[in-house]
Amino acid sequence: MTITHAPNITHAATSTCTTNDTHTTTIPAYDGTPIGPRRRVRGARLDDRFNVLGAAAAGIAVAVLLFGWITPLSGGVGWALVAYLAFLGFYALLVSFTSDAQEVKDRVMAVLLSSAGVVLFGALVFVVAFTLIRGQEALPHLNFFIQSMELAGPLDGLDLGGIVHAILGTLMQISMALAVTIPLGITTALFLNEVGGRFARFVRTISDAMTALPSIVAGLFVYSAIIVLITHQRSGFAAAMAITVMMLPIVIRASDIVIRLVAGNLREAAYALGSTRWATIWYVVLPTARPGLATAVILGTARGIGETSPVLLTSGVTAVTNLNPFAGPMISLPLQVFDFVKSPEPTMIARGFGTAAILILLVLTLFALARLIGGTGPGQLSRRRRLRVDAASERDLQRMSVRGDLGPGITGTNSMLRPTSSPTDLTTKETSS
Amino acid sequence: MSFSTLFDAPAIEPPTVDPANPDSSPRRLLTARPSVSDSVFRSVAFFAGCITVAIMLAVGVFLALRASEALGVAGFSFLVEQDWSPESQKFGIASVLFGTITIAVIAMCVAVPLALGTALLISEVAQGRMRSTLVTLVDLMAAVPSVVFGLWGVFFLQANVIPVATWISSYFGWIPLFRVADASGQALTEASAFTSSAFIAGIVVGLMVVPTQTSVMREAFSQAPIGEREAAFALGSTRWGMIRAVVLPFGRGGIIGGTMLGLGRALGETIAVYMIISPIFTINWEVLKTGTNSVSALIALRYGESSSFGLSALMAAGLVLFLITLVINFTASSIVARSRSGAESD
Repeated sequence: MTITHAPNITHAATSTCTTNDTHTTTIPAYDGTPIGPRRRVRGARLDDRFNVLGAAAAGIAVAVLLFGWITPLSGGVGWALVAYLAFLGFYALLVSFTSDAQEVKDRVMAVLLSSAGVVLFGALVFVVAFTLIRGQEALPHLNFFIQSMELAGPLDGLDLGGIVHAILGTLMQISMALAVTIPLGITTALFLNEVGGRFARFVRTISDAMTALPSIVAGLFVYSAIIVLITHQRSGFAAAMAITVMMLPIVIRASDIVIRLVAGNLREAAYALGSTRWATIWYVVLPTARPGLATAVILGTARGIGETSPVLLTSGVTAVTNLNPFAGPMISLPLQVFDFVKSPEPTMIARGFGTAAILILLVLTLFALARLIGGTGPGQLSRRRRLRVDAASERDLQRMSVRGDLGPGITGTNSMLRPTSSPTDLTTKETSS
Repeated sequence: MSFSTLFDAPAIEPPTVDPANPDSSPRRLLTARPSVSDSVFRSVAFFAGCITVAIMLAVGVFLALRASEALGVAGFSFLVEQDWSPESQKFGIASVLFGTITIAVIAMCVAVPLALGTALLISEVAQGRMRSTLVTLVDLMAAVPSVVFGLWGVFFLQANVIPVATWISSYFGWIPLFRVADASGQALTEASAFTSSAFIAGIVVGLMVVPTQTSVMREAFSQAPIGEREAAFALGSTRWGMIRAVVLPFGRGGIIGGTMLGLGRALGETIAVYMIISPIFTINWEVLKTGTNSVSALIALRYGESSSFGLSALMAAGLVLFLITLVINFTASSIVARSRSGAESD
């Protein structure tokens, strides 16, 4: 490493000794200093890349050879497995030409780790893409989105019938579930963090335990507690209750973590300004945790929308649009998928894939939304919000200086302390400075 | 809510000091009376906590009460009986529990290497944008609905994995676990003997639990102390050497805990398993062969036709499943928590 910034003090000292007595600090000229080429400490060398490429070619060749001649293997999965194993062997061999055993191990493990990642994400992309591609058959038909299956029989073509009843059912069920989950979940999370005590620890233990509840058991509970004992019929309301039982622990847990992450000095600053506990929560804790809370709720929603098994027992299957959540069966998207693909008819299976594609797109949208909102941590602001906060503090400064000019009698503690805009300014100034 | 509440904290009266005798001044009261908004908040939050606990306890207590009827009839045979016919008082979860555990174990065989590799890839190999992209993808994978995984398993994986299963059974059929034979012991080779097996269901469930495991493991790995990492590099170790000497030992709690959390989810998975398997009520050791079962699939299969007593029997099965996942989850989270508190070193 070359030192380009020579310490100014020593430079000035030497210059005072040799030349005249001016006590000035001079910056050394950069012009004469040679700057060497920047060394890259990361990244693969050329022979590393050729090792990978060569081993891959050899592996594929061996697999082709084996499948053509020797073993009775067939099928793409087997071929890929053999090619991969051969690739690993050849790669280890190639690396061992130039390196010792430790480095061979290191390289082979790096390849193994990377391939675990590739397999996982390949599978994920493939699962999603498979559904979307198979769903293409049904998606171009407009009636798929605006009709229900009321008039469409199993033998009808794709230009008749649709899933609007399932879309509406999903929306109604998840809204009802959210109407219970959001207030209850966030208030419970606040109780765990801001009130505390022995009972709060008990609540936390119980809600942690409930994250272990298998979703089908939640459905069975609602089925036998609400449907069998009280309503005697499956309904959207019962399905929403089953989804609530599933989502509540997830939302509580995620919000609990997010609220716990709110920096303690923000709370202390609020208390030091004399605010009450509730004012601290309303004006400091909740605004700071807002992106995280939104993420928690949205991710919980994505999970809740995709749940099939609790709905399977509670909502009932229907082909007609039902907007009354308290009477009659009300189907939802995942259950509709499940119901479609049970049929052997190709058109029904195509409808099933189309429904699944819509479900996936819905979940992806929710997920992207969660990333968009929750991508920034507490205290990190987007450019626009920072500009707004800066403008607010500029106004504060002006106001304070104007009042300060009027004389000491007016600048009491009250006018100094009273914030003009929302107290997020308090929090953001604190973290951004 | 106006801002004035910020300042309506109770006024503390200044202590009156008797100038003649300063020691006799009354003690300053340091406790404050909570403001109205505080006490309202406190009681609302307490109430919310109570409702949450009430809901959760209601599930548990209701399950236990309803299950006790069937458990009382079946007694100990509930755990060893394979058949499921509550109408004739002959029912037990031996076969379904065995199937559940088989599927979960196969899922672990698929998921743990994948999760471990991906977690190490994210925490040790990938840099910068690559890393954050991978983390997002893992989170996204956790949000993909299980019915979609089920579709993929039925309509794609099944056809493509059967040749592999055939190959395993024809070359490793001498291991009883991989044998596929009919009742007379004759080895089967046709594809229809390999469909809807625990093997296929296990692969799909394995893919579904990888994200849970990966995120727990990744978090544990990223907490391995930087000092020990640099020390390992300074002693001349390669990256893999450093991972083996530092990251894996420090992350052991995360590995075990993450694996168990995934196991808990795998045991409770319903819809993907239900779509793939063909249910049977005998213990099937041949994991590649058609036919297996799981507790959750049993519930999904039988809830509709059940009488009141049959429902109670299903409750008992659900209760056993819940207790198993509960024990696994609590063990896992205590292992993760302990490894987190002890792993720090400066």
